[in-house]
Amino acid sequence: MEPVQRIEGKALPLGYSDVDTDQIVPSDALKRIERTGFGQFLFQEWREDPDFVMNRTEHVGAKVLLAGENFGSGSSREHAPWAIQDYGFSAVIATSLADIFKNNCAKIGLLAVELPEEIVNKLLEASRKDPEARITVDLESRTVKGPGVEAEFEMDDFTRHRLLNGLDDISLTLTYEDKLGEFENSRPSHWPSVI
Amino acid sequence: MSGSKTLAEKLWERHIVREAEGEPDLLYVDLHLVHEVTSPQAFEGLRLAERGVRRPDLTLATMDHNVPTWGADRPVEDEVSAKQMEALSNNCEEFGIQLHKMGAIGQGIVHVIGPEMGITQPGMLIVCGDSHTSTHGAFGALAFGIGTSEVEHVLATQTISQRRPKTMAVTVEGDLPVGITAKDVMLGILKRIGTGGGVGHVIEYRGEAIRQLSMEGRMTICNMSIEGGARAGLIAPDETTFEYVQGRPHAPEGAEWEAALADWKTLKTDEGAEFDREVVINASDLVPYVSWGTTPAQTVGLDGAVPEPENEGHERALKYMALTPGTQIREIEVDTVFLGSCTNARIEDLRAAANVLEGHKVKEGIRALVVPGSMRVKQQAEEEGLDEVFKEAGFDWRDAGCSMCLGMNPDILAPGERCASTSNRNFEGRQGRGGRTHLVSPVVAAATAVMGRFAAPSELGVLEVS
Ligand code: SF4
Repeated sequence: MEPVQRIEGKALPLGYSDVDTDQIVPSDALKRIERTGFGQFLFQEWREDPDFVMNRTEHVGAKVLLAGENFGSGSSREHAPWAIQDYGFSAVIATSLADIFKNNCAKIGLLAVELPEEIVNKLLEASRKDPEARITVDLESRTVKGPGVEAEFEMDDFTRHRLLNGLDDISLTLTYEDKLGEFENSRPSHWPSVI
Repeated sequence: MSGSKTLAEKLWERHIVREAEGEPDLLYVDLHLVHEVTSPQAFEGLRLAERGVRRPDLTLATMDHNVPTWGADRPVEDEVSAKQMEALSNNCEEFGIQLHKMGAIGQGIVHVIGPEMGITQPGMLIVCGDSHTSTHGAFGALAFGIGTSEVEHVLATQTISQRRPKTMAVTVEGDLPVGITAKDVMLGILKRIGTGGGVGHVIEYRGEAIRQLSMEGRMTICNMSIEGGARAGLIAPDETTFEYVQGRPHAPEGAEWEAALADWKTLKTDEGAEFDREVVINASDLVPYVSWGTTPAQTVGLDGAVPEPENEGHERALKYMALTPGTQIREIEVDTVFLGSCTNARIEDLRAAANVLEGHKVKEGIRALVVPGSMRVKQQAEEEGLDEVFKEAGFDWRDAGCSMCLGMNPDILAPGERCASTSNRNFEGRQGRGGRTHLVSPVVAAATAVMGRFAAPSELGVLEVS
């Protein structure tokens, strides 16, 4: 995972609530066996509408995706954050994020941030009015800045530390081999195995 | 009472490998379920880092999401799907993982085969790269869905790093009214708590009505916990659970069974333990539900009408569903009826639907299909003659898989097609681009197939549904 410190760029004012993972990446796009190339399927169905916000030229090159409540609900497919990242976004700001989605974002270094509704609305408004408006997400100071907005977001120290340094979870866990072995040896014998 | 714990807390604590201030807990995984869609990139990651699978003996794979459900003995026509299934075969072979391939008797939807083999047991921690892993919580196991990076982590370390969730109790008080199925109970719960009601929480379902449910019914409930945003769903194990597990291929035997049983009996929320959130529902308020919108919380009683929109989201949903407020649900005609998915394709679901269909025919022009949750469910249904009932009524009788639940195999809705579905998600495009999904119970699905519009089994003279 690449380290992430600070994202700055234009936003895409999507704004919808209850955007589920099927809308982010439809299931017929999940058949690839690679991690890359999912950007082309992002919001595939909505993109067929020429008026859909993502199709407007003024928002091309946006780095921050702005959404409403309960973004990323539904399936556990990591293909959803992959698609968002692959398309060119580096951060998602929403009123609230679904649990697994939020987790998945943290695993791949896509900044996913929750902010109160009035602040997200201000950012949406700013970006709709001026598509060039810059939004900054700073992980070091845990703040989001935009036209007329400066807000702090919550992120636990551990996740932040991992993101800032681009740390790989697996290597970290493998350093606890002793504890792992100890735990395994104490597992009750009646617990099943597939063999 | 100090020291009292909820079931979720007990399950969590017995799996902690390492904990440290400010960090997520490292938990041990007792069973890792794997399927073809969310695993290829994880195996690729292992190969790149030259890592192996730590516990192939605690890892089980199946093909379900994009297997065709007819002609299992023929080559898969969709080349991309075929490639994904081949990748799973190769990965399982390379890393020594047991795989139930298309056409094999052990094959089926990942959340159906675990319980069926007796591998899903009380007290365990189960994960899978699939959000409906919550299904296994019906046994009093802690079970949740994970993303592909986490799948890779579990493969390599047999652990998962997670923050402790909050706890929530949903109590359904009173006896389950006649004609109300587990699916209706859950749709009723979702209507009440909404799609975000469980976010960050593990929900424990409690109360008389929940206790009265069979294991199949409990799995239907826990399955849809994720539709309320919950991390997992749980039901404390009891005699119903023990009876279901006993004698299954992987169930403990003899002295081990006794040891297991003694342990399982401790798996309940202590008297006086506190939940972070509590919701109480009266079973007598529940009715058979039909979803009208594009989230599983947008439902209305079968006797009701399409509601007036209350916000922009509702308007978008009504437009997508092509419904007018005020239309009676019973007047809405469907094109397709899908009986399947990890929510409602177990033997009991099939029995209940067949019971409604007996002696009736699917209305002309309606496409109706039954996709059993596993090949074993299929086999058992055939032994009981249920397949004949379905076929005689005009249903397609298929092989096991996810099928039209998510439209990755050839079974999809055409744009604008309307479907009564026993699955769990009615999102836009879920069953095929432009398709319109209405979530219902198996018995309502069966009656709807016969009437060609949403209908109750009682309209066909069937009063006893279970
Ligand atoms: S049946 Fe549907 S919900 Fe269940 S695992 Fe398959 S695709 Fe997911």
